Amino acid sequence: MTALLETRGVWQRFGGLVANSDVSISVGRGEIVGLIGPNGAGKSTLFNLIAGVLPPTQGSIWFDGEDVTNLPAAERCQRGVGRTFQVVKSFETMTVIDNVIVGALVRNTVMREARGKAHEVLEFTGLAARADVLASDLVPAEKRRLEVARALATEPKLLLLDEVLTGLTPTEAQTGVALVRKVRDAGITVLMVEHVMEIVMPLVDRAIVLDLGKVLVEGKPADVVRDPKVIKAYLGDRHAVGA
Amino acid sequence: MGLLYGLIAVGLALIFGLMDVTNFAHGEFLMIAMYLSFFLFAFFAIDPLLSAPLVAAAMFVFGAVVYLLIVRFAMRAKTNAGMVQIFTTFGLAIVMRGLAQFFFTPDYRSIPQSWLGGKTISFAGIFLPEPQLVGALVSIAAFAGLYFFIHRTDFGRALEATREDPGAVALVGIDKNRVFAFGWGLGAGLVGLAGAIMAVFFYIYPDVGASFALIAYVTVALGGFGSVFGAFAGGIIVGLVEAVTALMLPPSLKSVGIYAVYLLVVFIRPRGLFGSM
Amino acid sequence: MDKNFAARRRRDLIVAGALATLAALAPLFVKDVYVQNILILTLMYAALSQSWNILSGYCGQISLGHALYFGIGAYTTELLFTKFGVLPWFGMLAGGGIAALIAMGLGYPFFRLRGHYFVIATIVIAEIGLLLFQNWEWAGAAMGITIPVRGDSWLKFQFLRSKLPYFYFALGLCCLAWFVTWWLEDSKWGFWWRAVKDNPEAAESLGVVVFNSKMGAAAVSAFLVAVGGAFYAQFLAYIDPESVMGFQFSLLMALPAVLGGIGTLWGPVLGAAILIPMTELTRSYIGGSGRGVDLIVYGALIVAISLALPQGLVSLFSRAKAKNQVKNQVKGATR
Ligand SMILES: Nc1ncnc2c1ncn2[C@@H]1O[C@H](COP(=O)(O)OP(=O)(O)OP(=O)(O)O)[C@@H](O)[C@H]1O
Ligand SMILES: [Mg+2]
Repeated sequence: MTALLETRGVWQRFGGLVANSDVSISVGRGEIVGLIGPNGAGKSTLFNLIAGVLPPTQGSIWFDGEDVTNLPAAERCQRGVGRTFQVVKSFETMTVIDNVIVGALVRNTVMREARGKAHEVLEFTGLAARADVLASDLVPAEKRRLEVARALATEPKLLLLDEVLTGLTPTEAQTGVALVRKVRDAGITVLMVEHVMEIVMPLVDRAIVLDLGKVLVEGKPADVVRDPKVIKAYLGDRHAVGA
Repeated sequence: MGLLYGLIAVGLALIFGLMDVTNFAHGEFLMIAMYLSFFLFAFFAIDPLLSAPLVAAAMFVFGAVVYLLIVRFAMRAKTNAGMVQIFTTFGLAIVMRGLAQFFFTPDYRSIPQSWLGGKTISFAGIFLPEPQLVGALVSIAAFAGLYFFIHRTDFGRALEATREDPGAVALVGIDKNRVFAFGWGLGAGLVGLAGAIMAVFFYIYPDVGASFALIAYVTVALGGFGSVFGAFAGGIIVGLVEAVTALMLPPSLKSVGIYAVYLLVVFIRPRGLFGSM
Repeated sequence: MDKNFAARRRRDLIVAGALATLAALAPLFVKDVYVQNILILTLMYAALSQSWNILSGYCGQISLGHALYFGIGAYTTELLFTKFGVLPWFGMLAGGGIAALIAMGLGYPFFRLRGHYFVIATIVIAEIGLLLFQNWEWAGAAMGITIPVRGDSWLKFQFLRSKLPYFYFALGLCCLAWFVTWWLEDSKWGFWWRAVKDNPEAAESLGVVVFNSKMGAAAVSAFLVAVGGAFYAQFLAYIDPESVMGFQFSLLMALPAVLGGIGTLWGPVLGAAILIPMTELTRSYIGGSGRGVDLIVYGALIVAISLALPQGLVSLFSRAKAKNQVKNQVKGATR
């Protein structure tokens, strides 16, 4: 069976800056894959390319056996790519449930069904009690969770999580980890960016390390953390070591 | 002519373009300045050219006061701040027009005998009307001054920093309101200058501002928000386009060319010619 | 919770129905033509503002150029009527259709623009329209068009003896605009629009086709405004460019929604109910002197409301409700 997601020799340049260079990765169905790397390594950029925010400068992106390189973001969502944003982008003037309904409308055109789906997702993500609160009134941890809920409501095949566990208290992070497991158990493939090694490594089936826009190492979490190249890349970056 | 638009636009470039505050009362600021120089002429026989600095100073105070008393509060709105600004300043514009009607009556007034009015000088065989020429010179000076001010002084940096992130600026001890009040004063002062010069060769009446305001907005946006040089270039382009359209179209259509050029420019460059925002 | 939601929607509908019935009965008590006039204008601006609100309030694309669609509605109707004898009812629909097409045509280039650049583009395009009509000889240029008197008839939508038919039409239009908003509010479009307003990038990632959302909002909004323009032309029986396409209409359409509560269901109606009578009353009671006092009062009120209630007048209601809720919760806790 083919991989769910494949990037083939993907490049992204911003002027002179090369954010992704010749990135080829693949994510199989039902996996949880961790995408790690120091600040500015190009992780979020790769997410943007996969989600269709920008077309890659070069290379192609394959999803579910089809070339989606030239499809716009909305179309990719319809095909099953769900994502969260590193910098939270809630619909601030809308309530939590309304935020999630927007996502649910992708697969449910009848309002009543979309609303039902949204409630389901809120239960699943533990936000049900906050359904009628304005998104702007949520605390940061809840906003992260709302990002996940919204994306889940689109019933994705692949979920891209960009630092959803970062900046949370240890307890909040543990609930987050549990949620990611639950998502995978529901049959959704997860590709997640995370800095905090202690949290991601036990969670993921496979880790891909990105550094300076290139894939540095790829493999089992236990092997990756011991890889000298990875240690070197991270030692150059104090933030990551501290985390 | 273009440089005159530039002169009106330069004050707006500061308020609208650099501080990102929508000011729908800009035309009315101009109107007040024109009346000021008219009355200085009518009662004290001070020629508009001489009174220009006086008018500018008075408008500076006026602008700062308007900011502190009214606009400051319009900027506090958390949601739809843009609309609140638009309609607060729009309401203000209506009040100012009403006040002008009340105190000055809706009559058209003009300054009959001034040093500049109606004179022309010939330069290398080309006849140039003096007021326009002076307007052009003042305009260039004003732009150069503002450019220097924004890019070379602490105030300029403070202004930019305040727009970008008022919270962070407060941490380093800059008072947002002082900076913006000063900015508004300066913007109004520049309009004051424009008003004083324009009083010489335009009729003065309570609604006069409205006819210039839109062109001023277009000029600023054409050049691009956040750029003093852009507003200057915008002024020149607007003037040129108007001159060209005047040759090709009936006078009643002369603004169409300006508007069309604006649309054309933003379709190609959605942030204006030199805009950073 | 779901029940709450359904209950709120039902309540909105019932309140609207009650208000509309009350309004429909108003002529039984209001015989004064001047007051009837004010009522008609209030209803018309409520309808216009409600329509403007769809694009600018819900979808967040602030247009200050809707006078263009208003004027197109008026001109299409009257040109078809005076030149080709087409009944105003068809002219009205044609005007709406043309306005919607123009709105979508303009959408292609305009919706790429953001913030001030977009707002100024909308102002500018309406000004261009105004100038073109002022110079368009066939359409009467600056002199405009006088609608020939054909006697009272619903067929020709023309009434000289009584203003009541206009009143009922304006009421109907207002109800229509309100109902369309109510209906769309809980539909895919309504959700898409609000999402686009709040965060287009996030919306796109959730499958919202941002561009289409804006186009849809623009078309509905322009159509309804143009129908309003057609009505206004029949009501005045005379049009010229400045009196149906002037910039002031763009502002007058936006103002009730902004003062009442932009992007809300009730904002435009509430805003118009307060603003339009206020405008007319200040004009006729203190404006008589011709000395601008009416402008001063009017402008000052706009400043005051904008500053005091940046979320609009509806926020007064929701605040009261929030207080009630807290009270109830406290009661529940003590019990
Ligand atoms: N739209 C853009 N325009 C220009 N440069 C960009 C853009 N987006 C990202 N970059 C640059 O590309 C590089 C990679 O950024 P990216 O956000 O992908 O890194 P990251 O791995 O997600 O980092 P972090 O861990 O800090 O989130 C950075 O140098 C960034 O400044
Ligand atoms: Mg990132």
